[in-house]
Amino acid sequence: MRTLSKRAPRLPDRNGHFGRFGGRFVPETLMAPLIELEQAYRAARRDPQFQGRLRTLLVDYAGRPTPLYFARRLTEHCGGAQIYLKREDLCHTGAHKINNVLGQGLLAERMGKRRVIAETGAGQHGVATATAAALLGLQCEVYMGGEDVERQSLNVFRMRLLGATVIPVEAGSRTLKDAINEALRDWVTNVRTTYYLLGSALGPHPYPMMVRDFHRVIGEETKRQLREGAGRLPDYVVACVGGGSNAIGLFYPFIGDAAVRIVGVEAAGHGLGSGRHGASLSAGSVGVLHGSMSYVLQNDDGQIATAHSISAGLDYPGVGPEHSYYKEAGRFEYASATDAEALAAFQALARLEGIMPALESAHAVAHAMRLAPTLGRERVIVIGLSGRGDKDVQVVSSEEGSGARTSAEPRLR
Amino acid sequence: MSRLARTFAGLRRRGARALIPYFTAGDPSLDITRQLVLEAARGGADLVELGVPFSDPLADGPVIQRASQRALAAGVSLARVLELARAVQGAITIPIVLLTYYNPVHAFGLKAFTHGAVEAGVDGVIVADLPPEEAGPLAADARAAGLDLIHLVAPTSPPERVRLIARKSRGFIYFVSLTGVTGARATLPPDLAENRRQLRAVTTKPVCVGFGISTPEQVAAMAPHADGVIVGSAIVRLVEARATSDRLVPEVGAFIAALKAPLRSQP
Repeated sequence: MRTLSKRAPRLPDRNGHFGRFGGRFVPETLMAPLIELEQAYRAARRDPQFQGRLRTLLVDYAGRPTPLYFARRLTEHCGGAQIYLKREDLCHTGAHKINNVLGQGLLAERMGKRRVIAETGAGQHGVATATAAALLGLQCEVYMGGEDVERQSLNVFRMRLLGATVIPVEAGSRTLKDAINEALRDWVTNVRTTYYLLGSALGPHPYPMMVRDFHRVIGEETKRQLREGAGRLPDYVVACVGGGSNAIGLFYPFIGDAAVRIVGVEAAGHGLGSGRHGASLSAGSVGVLHGSMSYVLQNDDGQIATAHSISAGLDYPGVGPEHSYYKEAGRFEYASATDAEALAAFQALARLEGIMPALESAHAVAHAMRLAPTLGRERVIVIGLSGRGDKDVQVVSSEEGSGARTSAEPRLR
Repeated sequence: MSRLARTFAGLRRRGARALIPYFTAGDPSLDITRQLVLEAARGGADLVELGVPFSDPLADGPVIQRASQRALAAGVSLARVLELARAVQGAITIPIVLLTYYNPVHAFGLKAFTHGAVEAGVDGVIVADLPPEEAGPLAADARAAGLDLIHLVAPTSPPERVRLIARKSRGFIYFVSLTGVTGARATLPPDLAENRRQLRAVTTKPVCVGFGISTPEQVAAMAPHADGVIVGSAIVRLVEARATSDRLVPEVGAFIAALKAPLRSQP
């Protein structure tokens, strides 16, 4: 593992740049705190005690390693490559997000900050942050777009049960983008006492690096498990990309393995041509949003556009800078799946495997289901199944009622 | 010497301080912003800050957020703000500074923006989310075009950053009075004078204080510590409250005159 990770380029650079992407485009008030955060993180990363405590929590509390599961019925249904699922949905709190919040929660504690704030889209990161805050005895406030509060009410309730305060954000598009704005405003105001526990591989340096590092365990386990189970590397690793945290965690350890094709799947919403989607890499342009240079959805005047996706976690007009870098470098490929395709994949996985994926993860499943039939039976696809779908049953059920699903309904045996 | 530098040199000679009102350009309309700028110049403003509306103004409080949304809804863009600057160029003699976020400038193109701004009579630009570390490309183009790139110092900036910012900033240094977003505050932080002294110790460049300052009394309290005082949200809030009144322009003019009074010829 060690030798392979060494082959990956050492990015970001000192100022947090991944080539022309990344950086720290923030108000001056946040510059010194970001530099302090980076120093604290680098010291923690070198500290065996910190790493040991994190490892113990990942095993005993979060439930790692998560299984790498061969999806036999899904594979037979698609009639091509063998499909494996990396089961992050089996993590404590139901998604990969716990990896990052345990790491950053320990860091907040180490830095002596007793108050943590977070943004959340689907609510998974908010629930994970509330969980880590309860575990570590920290005060927790979570910003969540008003629209997301409505469509993810189960997660709002979970956060409150865990002792967190959920603050609905009614500005702008009332989704993840606006929740991040509001969390950044809170942090600008309370930076001396507060730790901002950012939940995706985006934002100003050091967040993209730090969040990636805390999630790379996903890809490292996958690599080991597939080697032990099948004696080989995958041909494809596929994960959904909103901000891109679960994807970068799965992809990162495979960057140096040239034979492995790495595919991120963005939210095509109503279709890439509709203007109602969340596919910043597939259909956006380079700009600055939330503290870093990356691909964003914007108009000609540089105003950030409103994204759309049926999954709140992909409903975001930007993406982490490392994804932009590897897209331009040609190492990562990006595809997309529409709302209807994600719903169909949700149904298929539920009925064929007894697994309800989060609607976010269903985008990756949808693409893998398109890809598998085009490949031989000896090929291997690993899907990053980033979260479980319990939180989405209301959305799925109301979409079923409206008939949105029928045109894309898979034919099942 | 840039027009900004000449303006502050002149004020220092007279023992006066600059009043710098801020308007979100295009709120409630570009034509009214034009009238407000002319009225501000008549009322005693020494320079004017024009805010370029941005969809995600993360350094701004609710008042300027709302103003930005109104301006965007009215179709305002950076190109139209430059047209506005060009339109008032002949009618006023005081400098104009743009306040923007980086993305609209990046989308416009750095060279196109810096040349377009100078050609429209704009003297300087403040970019709320562009610290010196990321400002290299814009600073180079601004310098070549003759546009002053003004940097901000915050209460959280340690001494080595204060020195870096003081060295890089051109025209003046924007001294952020408080740890937070823009918006009126009942009281200003007690460590402000001390922070201000630290900045004075490392630079002779003009220093203007902004964030949270909303009344003539607060302006007066700032005067001994600064070459200029910036008032934003309090003016934008007045524009919001009187947007449909035919007294809007004179009322804003009277408020600006009241803010300027304590800044005339301080010892």
